[in-house]
Amino acid sequence: MPEVNDSMFKPVDRSRLRIRTKSRPVMGYWHEVALKLAKNKLALTGFFLLLIILTLSIIGPHLLPFTPSHQSLTEGNLKPSAKHWFGTDDLGRDIWVRVWTGARISLLIGIIAAIIDLIMGVLVGGISGYMAGRSRAGDRIDGFLMRIVEILYGIPYLLVVILLMVVMKPGLTTMILALSITGWVGMARIVRGQILQLKQQEYVMAAEKLGTSHFKIISKHLLPNMMGIIIVNLTFTIPQAIFSESFLSFLGLGVQAPTASWGTMANDSLGVVLSGQWWRLFFPALMISLTMFAFNAFGDGLQDALDPRSEK
Amino acid sequence: MGETILDVQNVKKHFKAGKHQTIKSVDGISFDIRKGETLGLVGESGSGKTTLGRTLVGIYEATEGKVIFDGRDLSKLDRKSKKMVNREIQMIFQDPQASLNPRMKVGDIIAEGLDAYRLKKGSARKQRIIELLEKVGLSPEHADRFPHEFSGGQRQRIGIARALAVEPSFIVADEPISALDVSIQAQVVNLLADLQQEFGLTYLFIAHDLAMVNHISDRIGVMYLGQMMELAASDELFAEPLHPYTKALLSAIPASEPSLRGAKERILLGGDPPSPIEPPSGCPFRTRCPAAMEVCAKQKPQWKEIKNEHYTACHLYG
Repeated sequence: MPEVNDSMFKPVDRSRLRIRTKSRPVMGYWHEVALKLAKNKLALTGFFLLLIILTLSIIGPHLLPFTPSHQSLTEGNLKPSAKHWFGTDDLGRDIWVRVWTGARISLLIGIIAAIIDLIMGVLVGGISGYMAGRSRAGDRIDGFLMRIVEILYGIPYLLVVILLMVVMKPGLTTMILALSITGWVGMARIVRGQILQLKQQEYVMAAEKLGTSHFKIISKHLLPNMMGIIIVNLTFTIPQAIFSESFLSFLGLGVQAPTASWGTMANDSLGVVLSGQWWRLFFPALMISLTMFAFNAFGDGLQDALDPRSEK
Repeated sequence: MGETILDVQNVKKHFKAGKHQTIKSVDGISFDIRKGETLGLVGESGSGKTTLGRTLVGIYEATEGKVIFDGRDLSKLDRKSKKMVNREIQMIFQDPQASLNPRMKVGDIIAEGLDAYRLKKGSARKQRIIELLEKVGLSPEHADRFPHEFSGGQRQRIGIARALAVEPSFIVADEPISALDVSIQAQVVNLLADLQQEFGLTYLFIAHDLAMVNHISDRIGVMYLGQMMELAASDELFAEPLHPYTKALLSAIPASEPSLRGAKERILLGGDPPSPIEPPSGCPFRTRCPAAMEVCAKQKPQWKEIKNEHYTACHLYG
């Protein structure tokens, strides 16, 4: 074996070492989220489905020359055809047009449910969780808010709608009001639990130690780390609200005839499915299912994409 | 070693556990830390080291006692001066995974203090971030990455840079190396030592690795069940431990060479540390102390200077 001595070694040129360290291109957070989302086929499918449903709910009714309440008794119970794409019902109303006007109601309910969840749920849960354990007054605020949440939690949505009907007429407003009363409590509980947990994280302590303001601790440390859970919860609430609307309308407690809604249309068609007019139930039911699926698939993908730790 | 930077007087921190119980995590500790020194704090899990550290930096409020920083009583400051003092006392956390927000980029994490005190903006802020990254041995392009893209040692460096950003004079390092690989521990400890030299920092270094603490500390304090058992200069403590608990701790350090094995007598302690909810009467260590006497159960030993700059609380030296 040859002898090894110092003269056999020489220092490496540092500049050459640098070249080899290939650094990843720098991207913004939302840019990365979009990229990750684009690679998730299921989420993408959900996203485009939602886009299509949304677009058609806006322009769909205008594609055929009928209005949702336009009746033509001579053209009742027609099969899907070039003239009536989704067929007609017993009063000769065009189902394509009615399905997409109904979509507006469903999406409206979904969006309102999301807004109520985000504003009321996140606010109440956030205040409750952030104040808890901070001082005696903070504990009291937390206790007070949580008791309210617990009381509301015990009242079923259906019951609230029925009770409201004592003083109000059944309809969209009643449903939205009932939703505002009870819809956000689940979110409030989840947000509170998350905040309680995140508050104990060392990075929150470090931020407090560095003199970061409460507002910044909430907006930079607490909320971003809860986004995933908030969004997942939303993707449950939105389709749930849409389904509740359909269900209540189906029972006759929701939107009233002649207004078109997926629930009322399904209800109208109940008696005639067995006599072969499948399209009258099929199309509204398909839309309910597709919307549910789209929200769930998209929400699931979004949750993954929002987490910077997940693989790209 | 000159003036006192932090004077801790009979500090207690009790936590409520249920309605009628309190956990006495820190139960009456007094010592001082001098400008520019490193005070090591050792003790087993649950001895209250972390609680003491967090109380000193102000994350917890002391139940009793005083913490005087640079002549100012921390509990008696108004909000504005509290914020200024807070800037001077910073903390390095134990778990480099949990102490960095996974949703924030490293540059923003480091600049958090700069933003909170509105110290630097725009390009000056960016410049400062790069400067700090280089100070702790990272490179400027790391500023745009997320914490999960770094190793444990690198993350701890990020934590150090974050603490340094506001130019503190006193840093509590809460087991900064215990979550790291042994090969990385030395790097981080040496980095801390270099930074101390450069910026004239004072450290309270909390750890349970005695050899490492001996390496970095000027003085060492030994804690047991929320109380300080012994405090002395590192060499002195290692050469001549007074308290039976310190003796037992030191005897547990493995011999550095096989030939030395068996040369020291290993003092084995029986049982577990008692619960801090109901600590033993008198001396907290008496239930496991090989030299326990009758007086130990009756009277709490006083914290006394036995030799020059060598403090202990034990009836053996009474």
